[in-house]
Amino acid sequence: MKQLLILSGKGGTGKTTIASAFIKLANARAYADCDVDAPNLHLVNAWSAEPEKADYYGLKKAVIDSDLCIECDQCRQNCRFDAISLTDKYEVNAYACEGCGVCEYVCPVGAVAMAPSVDGELMLHFDGKKVFSTAQLKMGSGTSGLLVTEVKKRMRSVEVEAELAIIDGSPGIGCPVIASLRGVDMVLIVAEPSISGINDMGRIVDTAAKFGIKIAVCINKYDSNIELTEKIERWCADHRLPFVGRIPFDPDAVRAVNAGKTIVDVDCISGNAVRDIYQKTIDLLFEEGAG
Amino acid sequence: MEAEIENMIIAVLSGKGGTGKTLVSVNLASAAGASTYIDCDVEEPNGHLFFKPENVQEETVSVLIPVLDDERCDGCRKCVDFCRFNALAFIRNKPIVFEEICHSCGGCMLVCPTNALSEKEKVIGKVQVGQSDQVKVYTGILNIGEASGVPIIKRLLSENSLDERKLTVIDCPPGSSCIVMESIKDADYCVLVAEPTLFGVHNLNMVYELVSLFNKPFGVILNKCLQDENPAEMFCIEKNIPILGRIPYDTMLGTLNSNAKIAVREEDQYREMFSSLLKTVRKEVLRETVIDP
Repeated sequence: MKQLLILSGKGGTGKTTIASAFIKLANARAYADCDVDAPNLHLVNAWSAEPEKADYYGLKKAVIDSDLCIECDQCRQNCRFDAISLTDKYEVNAYACEGCGVCEYVCPVGAVAMAPSVDGELMLHFDGKKVFSTAQLKMGSGTSGLLVTEVKKRMRSVEVEAELAIIDGSPGIGCPVIASLRGVDMVLIVAEPSISGINDMGRIVDTAAKFGIKIAVCINKYDSNIELTEKIERWCADHRLPFVGRIPFDPDAVRAVNAGKTIVDVDCISGNAVRDIYQKTIDLLFEEGAG
Repeated sequence: MEAEIENMIIAVLSGKGGTGKTLVSVNLASAAGASTYIDCDVEEPNGHLFFKPENVQEETVSVLIPVLDDERCDGCRKCVDFCRFNALAFIRNKPIVFEEICHSCGGCMLVCPTNALSEKEKVIGKVQVGQSDQVKVYTGILNIGEASGVPIIKRLLSENSLDERKLTVIDCPPGSSCIVMESIKDADYCVLVAEPTLFGVHNLNMVYELVSLFNKPFGVILNKCLQDENPAEMFCIEKNIPILGRIPYDTMLGTLNSNAKIAVREEDQYREMFSSLLKTVRKEVLRETVIDP
């Protein structure tokens, strides 16, 4: 099974809009939403049946038993994350705690224990033929990379006859993006013709290149700045990155999404553009001799 | 009364990416005149592209990473067993450090019975500060391939950046995870920027829960408003969230923004729009301080 990941660096360029259209066009039997911080794919790829839900446990977090605590201050002094504070008693800030276990180790009286903590919810849709894996990270949690890895693992945990898996990624270049990049066959970058978009595209291309993954680029809302669109295309040519197409700004796309539809479910200009991009992307993904 | 809230800290956030956080942050700071702008979106910092700050000073940000002294290590593997992040592996009877996975907790050093582990600094990014007209511009930049920008955000917000007696605007990263929490920690008021889509509402709901959880006073700016029905606006009305203002979808603003121009500095109509938004924010902050001192 070949895995295609959709990324952008900058947020809001249209990753989910394009991923949902691709899923529809491919009639994909395996797909996942790795934007665990702000998942949206389920809004346009609705399943009628309830998913199988599971709590996601990140690393265990420290808890201090104040009955045992002798207030020696060792835990607070050794915590690198400023997660322990003393007001009327020693307490752990669960949001700041990264679960390293140093406080438990240094406590001379065993007053610190590491307790399981639910950091999110995993959701798996599976009907015997198709699988959709998604999750929601708990507010303020710091273990999004692990959760992304879990979402991808669950997508592959059931048997489906699929040659292609489509994965919607998250913005940025940090831990969830790095986790989503591991093991995929190709990345489609959705660029936006703005100075910010170009800057962010450069950073995500460098990040993906670090993993040696094949990269293709498309531009969304290309007509919002033709000059910068051309600049991106030249940049891609200079960097020998395949450019797979332009999508125009389209108010019908917003309407489709707001109605819970993909842009290929309605007759609109952005939908037509994305069909062509889909074909080119798939050809590249399944190209002979490709990694 | 006005003077008392001159130095407030406003955090601008959104949940979803690309709703216009940087547009709002950059223009609010510019409309304020003398102010501080801090870009906490360290994975994709863009504010500096708009401000083009001058006299930029730069400082690297490092974390501590363990280094092994082979001579002293007796291969007891206590460090490998201790590391909850699996940043140490036991290969050929010696621990190997995977720097990019290490959380710099210092635990391995503590458990080593032979003092074979010490720490070295590893650069993960940098912080820049410069001046753009009357705006002091702080930018945090995470290096490519690094997992967490939290130490950079901590540095950005710990510096003298926060104690000046003027308005501070914090441009936050997207999402609702640890990095966003770190960015809003010191804010007096949160401005949530929402776009009129189903995605926008779903993610607005998440940051709404986040700011509620942290008891931060907040209001919403509706961006990219079209003629059509606005799901984000309906959400605000339903939840009784103050709407601070509406920014229409407008080609001129879009073009200025895509070319990294600060609208407030280019066109009077936008100066008026963001000045009035800023006034509304100031009033809201004042109201919140009166209600909840």
